[in-house]
Amino acid sequence: MSSKSRSPVRDALRHSAGSSDKSSLKAGAQIIVDTLIELGVDTVFGYPGGVVLPLFDRFYDAPINFIIPRHEQGGCHMADGYARAGGKVGVVVATSGPGACNLTTGLATAMMDSVPIVALTGQVRTELIGNDAFQEADTTGITRPVTKYNCIVKDVKDLARVIREAFYIASTSRPGPVLVDIPVDVQVAKYETGGPVEMDLPGYRVQTKGHSRQISTAAAAINKSEKPVLYVGGGVIIANASEELRTLSQKAHLPVTMTLLGLGSFDQNRPESLDMLGMHGSAYANYAVQECDLLIAVGARFDDRVTGKVKGFAPNAKIIHIDIDPTSISKNVNVDIPVVGDAKYILTELVKEVEYREREKWFKKIAEWKKKFPFSYDRGASTIKPQYVIEELCRQTDGEAIITTGVGQNQMWTAQFFRFSRPRQFISSGGLGTMGYGLPAAIGAQVARPDATVIDIDGDHSFNMTMTELATAVENKLPIKVCILNNGYMGMVRQWQELFYNKRYSKSYLSNPDYATVAEALGAVGITVDKKTDVAGAIKKMLSQKRPCVVDFKVEREENVWPMVAAGKSLNEMDGLDILESIA
Amino acid sequence: MKHIISALVENKPGVLAHVAGMFAARAFNIDSLVVGRTEDPKLSRMTIVVVGDDRVVEQVRKQLAKIVPVVKVQDFLGQPVVARDLMLVTISAPPDKRSEILSLIEMFKAKVVDIGTKQLMVEVCGPETKIEAFIEVCKPYGIKSVARTGTIAMPRQAKTEP
Repeated sequence: MSSKSRSPVRDALRHSAGSSDKSSLKAGAQIIVDTLIELGVDTVFGYPGGVVLPLFDRFYDAPINFIIPRHEQGGCHMADGYARAGGKVGVVVATSGPGACNLTTGLATAMMDSVPIVALTGQVRTELIGNDAFQEADTTGITRPVTKYNCIVKDVKDLARVIREAFYIASTSRPGPVLVDIPVDVQVAKYETGGPVEMDLPGYRVQTKGHSRQISTAAAAINKSEKPVLYVGGGVIIANASEELRTLSQKAHLPVTMTLLGLGSFDQNRPESLDMLGMHGSAYANYAVQECDLLIAVGARFDDRVTGKVKGFAPNAKIIHIDIDPTSISKNVNVDIPVVGDAKYILTELVKEVEYREREKWFKKIAEWKKKFPFSYDRGASTIKPQYVIEELCRQTDGEAIITTGVGQNQMWTAQFFRFSRPRQFISSGGLGTMGYGLPAAIGAQVARPDATVIDIDGDHSFNMTMTELATAVENKLPIKVCILNNGYMGMVRQWQELFYNKRYSKSYLSNPDYATVAEALGAVGITVDKKTDVAGAIKKMLSQKRPCVVDFKVEREENVWPMVAAGKSLNEMDGLDILESIA
Repeated sequence: MKHIISALVENKPGVLAHVAGMFAARAFNIDSLVVGRTEDPKLSRMTIVVVGDDRVVEQVRKQLAKIVPVVKVQDFLGQPVVARDLMLVTISAPPDKRSEILSLIEMFKAKVVDIGTKQLMVEVCGPETKIEAFIEVCKPYGIKSVARTGTIAMPRQAKTEP
């Protein structure tokens, strides 16, 4: 390769990394790359730096699609979006110190939403650790609470095993991010490879099968129930159990409500769908949960945004909880019938034992709620309503696009007004609520699904946080689309200030750039829309672009998300229903 | 309710930090935490005394088990166990009080491990209640300083105390 003569430094590193050696004596960096390839990794997101140079040298000619973000946080979110959209482990690489620190928000995001990521970080030389060396940080210490597992590898002979273990831990049971910290001398040190690499994880067990008696008890409860509700979360998507969920809902005749992360697990176009529940969930889902006599939770964790006031949550219901993580069971809400195991396995078994019941009264009641309190907004308004933009996006993409979001109003409206039908179609930071997630996640999703239409429905302030990653999309020819619902506010913050702080809009707005100009400057297509009549045409134009494209929709500035269960209220105590009724 | 939880963990760097960090992050209270080697050089045993209602302690147990290098977790509540604490205590002991104190030490089957002109250092081993009782009876003489190991425990084979 011509590269060999190009850089003496690289040649030196190449020599130290040992790729030219004929023997199986390999440098740590080579072991890392070889292990990644053996494990089927074809894409890595990463940013170079001093102590990862030996590793980056091995990436120089490795058969790996390498995406360089503009900031390590972006890289971590990209790996996250890649994992959520494609169902594979996302891999991100960063240098020591600032590089590793910049990963933390991305790791915490992935941790909260159970996303499989392997992060590899460089570390200063082993003998310098603890000496406050240049770009040294206690990476394992800093990232311990935001990873499923992390460790530092101080001996090259452990490297291949630890990286295998990292992938195994990240992707099995309840998935999550795993970080492996690798001092630069370990990347350079050589080790005779070739033997079998066996994992050594005496404390890590994956429980797949659910307890058969618990499953039978659950089935009996379902068969007996007059007013059941299935409440499903992201766990169903992670377990690839959407098909089994649909079968269960059909066979036993059960209505289904989804958490934010559960969206896509059940086709929202089906009559059994109650859409999202919780703080900004549908009135019909929230009423159904409050009135049901049996709540069947699958791969969901009774988050406070779902339950509202815990004491008043589903007061009449017996609760079945199917989850792979025993710590989720009876953590927030007491569970009557816990079933620990993989959702796909348990639902398959459950389907065998459930019977069809008409439940005419219950479905009639649900239909009444649906009719009375649909998600709604003023469709006759002359201004651009953000909800209208989302409905139009859904219409023009036949509801088929992969959607990522920022955090706040843009995210809630997307959850309310886009109709999701397939798993891995909706990608959003649910647990951590990370503003700035949408754009890099869209980039990762587009890498995983090159043929899909990927749209980031974002808020202006969420977009501000990571918009520099637009350059990454342009450079890598990833034709993502960004729809900014630009109201000039941190919309959800403003909504809370309006409702709970007497309209004192304290620090919840700042001056935005002209996003179309920013997009063009970064090499993307930029479009500005300030008239309602231009919305449909702009979306059409956006969808026809082969390049990344940003559309800046100047939406109604003080639109609120309704309904809303205020903090400390029960799910049936929703605000805004009168507003929905008056405009419906 | 006080629970004694025993966790067998991999003998690796960072495990103690992981366990301690989990307790802090989830706002669980630790009464005592003891780590020591076991018969297997690859494993250490952590004995953790936690105070909380059943639901809290159930979470503690499950959260501990979830930590990757934690191999096995047992809650000893309701089981017959041998639980022991070791204390070193320095007691003010002027010559005229010494024989009195020594008879207390004998009663508790404790041991004098250091002696000076004004004070004694005593080693006391036993269940936590015995340690607490010893502290109480020594208080009138003046306790200078205390160092305690925290509880270690193992389940009994026999059902009754020998």
